[in-house]
Order: sequence, then C-alpha cells, then structure tokens
Amino acid sequence: MRFVRAFLQFVAGSTRIVLRGNALYWSWIALLVALIVVGARAYAHQLATGLVATSMRDQVSWAFYIGNFTFLVGVAAAAVLLVIPAYVYEWKPIKEVVILGELLAISAIVMAALFVLVDVGRPDRLWHLIPGLGLLNVPASMLAWDVVVLNGYLVLNVVIVTWLLFTLVRGRHPAKAIFTPLVLFSIPAAIGIHTVTAFLYSGLSARPFWHSAILAPRFIASAFCSGPAVLLVLMQLLRKYTRFEIQDVAIWKVAELMAYSMGFNLFLFGAEVFTEYYAHTEHLVHMRYMFTGVEGHTEIVPFMWASLGCSVVAFVLFLIPRTRRHWVTLNLGCLLIYSGVYLEKGMGLVIPGLTPDTLGEIYEYGPSRGEWEVAIGVFAIGFLLFTLMVKVATPIMLGEFRVDTRVAAGSAAGPVVRPATAH
Amino acid sequence: MNREASDGTACAPPSVGEGTLSRRDFLCAVVGCAAAATLAGCSEFTHTSFFRKHLRELSKEEIARMLAELEKELSEQYGKPVTVGIDAARPGVQFAYALDLSRCVGCRRCVKACVNENNQGRDPAIEWIRVLEMDKDKGIDFEHANPYYEAEQVPRPGHFYMPVACHHCRDAPCVKSCPTGATWSDKDGIVVIDYDWCIGCRCCMAACPYGARRFNWTEPKVPAEEVNPQMHYLGNRPRPKGVVEKCTFCVHRVRAGRYPACVEVCPVGARKFGNLNDPNGEIRYVLENKRVFVLKNELSTRPRFYYFYGI
Repeated sequence: MRFVRAFLQFVAGSTRIVLRGNALYWSWIALLVALIVVGARAYAHQLATGLVATSMRDQVSWAFYIGNFTFLVGVAAAAVLLVIPAYVYEWKPIKEVVILGELLAISAIVMAALFVLVDVGRPDRLWHLIPGLGLLNVPASMLAWDVVVLNGYLVLNVVIVTWLLFTLVRGRHPAKAIFTPLVLFSIPAAIGIHTVTAFLYSGLSARPFWHSAILAPRFIASAFCSGPAVLLVLMQLLRKYTRFEIQDVAIWKVAELMAYSMGFNLFLFGAEVFTEYYAHTEHLVHMRYMFTGVEGHTEIVPFMWASLGCSVVAFVLFLIPRTRRHWVTLNLGCLLIYSGVYLEKGMGLVIPGLTPDTLGEIYEYGPSRGEWEVAIGVFAIGFLLFTLMVKVATPIMLGEFRVDTRVAAGSAAGPVVRPATAH
Repeated sequence: MNREASDGTACAPPSVGEGTLSRRDFLCAVVGCAAAATLAGCSEFTHTSFFRKHLRELSKEEIARMLAELEKELSEQYGKPVTVGIDAARPGVQFAYALDLSRCVGCRRCVKACVNENNQGRDPAIEWIRVLEMDKDKGIDFEHANPYYEAEQVPRPGHFYMPVACHHCRDAPCVKSCPTGATWSDKDGIVVIDYDWCIGCRCCMAACPYGARRFNWTEPKVPAEEVNPQMHYLGNRPRPKGVVEKCTFCVHRVRAGRYPACVEVCPVGARKFGNLNDPNGEIRYVLENKRVFVLKNELSTRPRFYYFYGI
C-alpha cells in the first residue's frame, strides 16, 4: 500500500511540475501543440485520401517518412554513447546525464514508431503484427524483428527511467544488483535496434545501394554522432536554466567521442564510394543519382552535397581540441552533424536506394507539403514528450522533488515540490 | 517435382495452429466488454469485421461465410451478380510461365486484358504488367528501357519488347519480407496476397527485384460496367485502399484449367503457360527444347517466369 501511495504521489507531483512553468515554458508548449495540430490535420487528410497525399509512388515506395524513422532509430540508439562510459568505466561526470540520454531514447523511439504508423497504408490493421492476435512473420521478416526490438527497447528504457526516478524521488537508490545489469543490457539492445533497422535495408538483394555489409556499421557510426549532438545542446541549456551541474569535461568528452564516430562514419562512406566508382558496375547508377544526378534528374543532388559538407566540417571542428572546447564552434558542430546525418538518412539513404527502380525507371521524389506537415507534427509530439519528461526528471535528479513515504495515512501532506524547479 | 511441391510451402508464413479457438474467445471477451455489438461481430464473423484471424487459421465454415458476405456486398456495389471463389491449389500442379522475346511486338494487349480481367483500378491506373521497350544494340539493359513508348507504332525498328510482371519466385524476397504473412507462395507456386491482411508497409515492394508489386495509393475505382464478376478471394476481387497487389497468374482462371488472360489475348503467341508436371504440356516443351533464361538470375530468386527466344 505504501508503495502504491508513494507512486500515486509521484504521479501527482509530476503532474503538478508539468503544469507549472514560466512564460517561456508555456509558449514552447503552445508552439509544440500548434505544430501537432498542423500535423494531425495533414494526417487526417492523408487517412481520408490515402497515401496518394504523399509524393510516394510505386517506383519510390518508401521515402521521407521511412528516412525519418531510420534517423530517429539512430538517435534512440545513441543513448548508449552516454551509457557505455558511465556504467562500464564508472566515469562520474557523464553518469549524471545518462538519464537525459535515456529520456531522449524514449522520445526518439516514440517518434520512430509514429513515422512507421503514418507510413503504413492500413494503420487500422497494425494489430496483425501482434503475435497471438495477428501473425508476426519471424524469423523471416526483418520488419517483424524491428517491431520486436524497437518495442523491447522502448519498454526497457521506460522501465529503467521510471524505476530510477521513482526510487530517487523516495530518497533512495536503485538496487544495484538488478539495476546495473538492466542498464548494461540496454547497450547491446541499442546496438541491436539500429542493426536490425539496417538489416531491413541491407537484406534486400533487389536494391544494390542498400545491399552492403557495411550498412549496419555505417548506421551505428552515424547514430553515434547525431544522437549526442542533440544531447550536447540540451546539456548546455539545462545547466543554464536549472541548477543541474554538468561539468565542461563531460561535454567535451562526449564531443570527442562524436569526433571519432564521425571520422569512422566518413571512412565507411568513403569505402562505399570507392567500391562503387572504382568497379563502375551498373550498380553505380544509384550513387550517381545521389552525387551528380542521372539523365538530368538532379532533385536530391544538392541535399547530398550539403550533407557531406556538413559532416566533413563538423568532423574537423570536433577533431581539433580548440574548436571542440569553444562554445560557438562546438554548437555549430552539433548543428552541422545533426543536419548532415539527418539529410543523409532522411533523403540520402532511402531515395537513391529506390531510384532508379528495379526496372530502371526514374521517378523524381521530393516530399509533398502534407509529408512535411505530418513529419513536423511527429517531431512536435516527440519534443513535447521529451520536454515534459525532462521537466519532471530535472527536479528529481536535483533532489528538489521528493515524496515523503513516512507520512501517516490520511495525512494531507502530499508531494513536496520546491519552487526552484520552475524554468 | 516433389521438391517443387514442397517449395510452395517452404516460404509460407508460420502458422499458429493451436489455441486458435481460445484466442478468439479471448478476443470476444476483450471486445465484449466494450460493446455488445462488437461481441456480435465476433461470433458472427464477417470479412469486414475488425478482428479476424489469418486466412490459414479460419475454418471452412468461416471462409464460406466470409465469401458469401463478400459476394453479397460486391453484388450490391456493382449491381450485378458477383461470385468470389477461393479455389485452392490442385495437387500435383506446378505452374510456370514462359515468354518468347523474339515474338513479342510490344502491342500491350496483355496489359489491357490483364487490367480488365483482374479489376485493376482505372483511376489511378494500375497495371500489373510493365512492357519495356529496349534497344536491340543495348540488349536487356533496364537503365535505358522505356516503359512509356507509344503503342500505335510498334514494333519500332531497332527495338525489342520485354513484358515484366510477377515472376512468382520459388524463393520470393517479397514473401520473406512481409511482417504479417499477408503474402505467401501457394502449393502450385502462385504467390498470392490476402488484401484483408496486408498492412500496407510496402516491405515487399522494396524487396521485389522485378518491380512487380503495385500499391493502392488511394481508393481504386473500377466502373461497375467494366467489373469482371468472376472473382477470386486471393486474386482479382477489388482491392481496398492502402494494400499491395500484383499478378496472380489469373489464379481464378488457371486453377479452373484455363489460361491466364494475357496468354489468351497475345496476338503473336509469345506467352506460354502450364503445369510443369504435365510431360506433354507446352511449358515443358519450351523448357526442354528452347534456351530459356530468368531475369536477375544472380539474385537466386528462382522465378517461375522464363524468357526465351523462340525464333
């Protein structure tokens, strides 16, 4: 009973925290809600007319939505970049912010799942994927496996975060014997979600652009840059607006790890480029479509060069210790990495993989207005979720929000929330 | 040929044989709490009801009821008597197809016949067969193929024509990729789709090396007067919005001993079809006496669709 009561107090207190904030907080929430409304309207239209509301057609049958999905799985996987040093090497300065990584992972998985939801033709039949009720085609189908690992990863992170916060809020610490293995398990799980997502593509022999053994390593390498790029900016915001203490050294360490993964990512990509251009087989056409265009079809060429440019510049900025430690260049680097990887996964992976199609036809795809609106709506949902979770987690981590489990039953004393939490 | 027969089921989705009844009861219990109407929907199974089982788990009675329901619905919709069959694969039958590239003139009559026979959407136009015009001096080169040539001028000098539709692969990448087992290779080798089970994720379209699959990007429209009322549940019945469709070798015809519509209509006799197990069949003659090849052999999909040069 005491446990249940404490949990109810935890929920009530969290709700109270979420409902309390300054003008900046409420304008941010209002903006996100407005964007969600825009996305919901576009999605309602798409539901009514069908996916013809998008620019996708038989030739390019996956596009912007699935690109976003892939990118976000990477962001979700990247939480491990923080988990690995924090728990394996017991590296203090990062340990405090691991929870932010896990919250980001939860939001990213929710967004990724939403991007799949908006992409399927029959969302009303998604229950066909539930084993027992429907039929999950494992072990053959990679998408079936992706459903399993993504949901598993979501549950894992929700359990870890909820448990940690609920324990801290009662002024205790989680039992290490169970908690540490759980956290350690999230490391292979994170690698797993992005690997399976890569296999979804690389397993398709019909699409030579994807059918490459280094696609999964490339996914992991690029995710290890893009996910932390979000976190670095967030860490700076948190320590500015709350009493959250994040040491410079923690931020620099993450930036250093990002430099290595970006270097590795560029190396792997270079290996792909070399193999295709040197061998110069008919499979080169997809890479040519990406970098130079084919027969005057150049829709995605600027995006790809922009992506490459962003990634290379960011790599240099993060590699040189002076620019890595300078706040302007550090944040510029984060922005460049995020843009570079987003363009690469959002446009550069899916579309050249499907263009030209398997019988050589070129259909030039560019996202429709509806697709943009739906995508913005999905991102707004993720940002909203993340904002609310961080709003609750921050005062708990700082010890400003506690529920008193020793209070006698029937007492009026509820959760204690100190006013300092507002930001 | 026994190996052939077992191949059909090798790609089949895993069946969940046991406990189907209890699961259904469970469903009824769950949904029953929500509304009595839904409960009725559970006990009186219809094809439109939200919850149903995979086709392979439905009993004969349930399937019969579902088809009757469909027939009634479609007859009302199109204002003429519609029959929806579900003929199963006949034992000992292994279908295969062969296309004579030296005879095909690219007239696209097969495309038209296929559209009419199989109730493909007219607006937007869905065509299961794609006829590619290719340069004779380039050979089979998809990068320079043209599927949008003008049909009145065929055959254009210096060109040859290559029709492509579903190759009904023995190791079908589409079947492997489907997360819900909505598409499978039947015992006679025909790769079919249950349009009421497909979730529209389009993994199969990404997986297919032959560009054979079409998606219903919006509600397909077939004028009532043009609807072919002889339908098959896994074949030419009208498809809903948001699901994938493709060539079924005219499953409703071939399982009744007839030729596919494209074979029948071809004015130059370029299309051959039959049972591989029939030693006197046309298809056996072609495979034994002509030099045949399959598209994208290197992908090891083992198509049932062969090309050859007859003259």
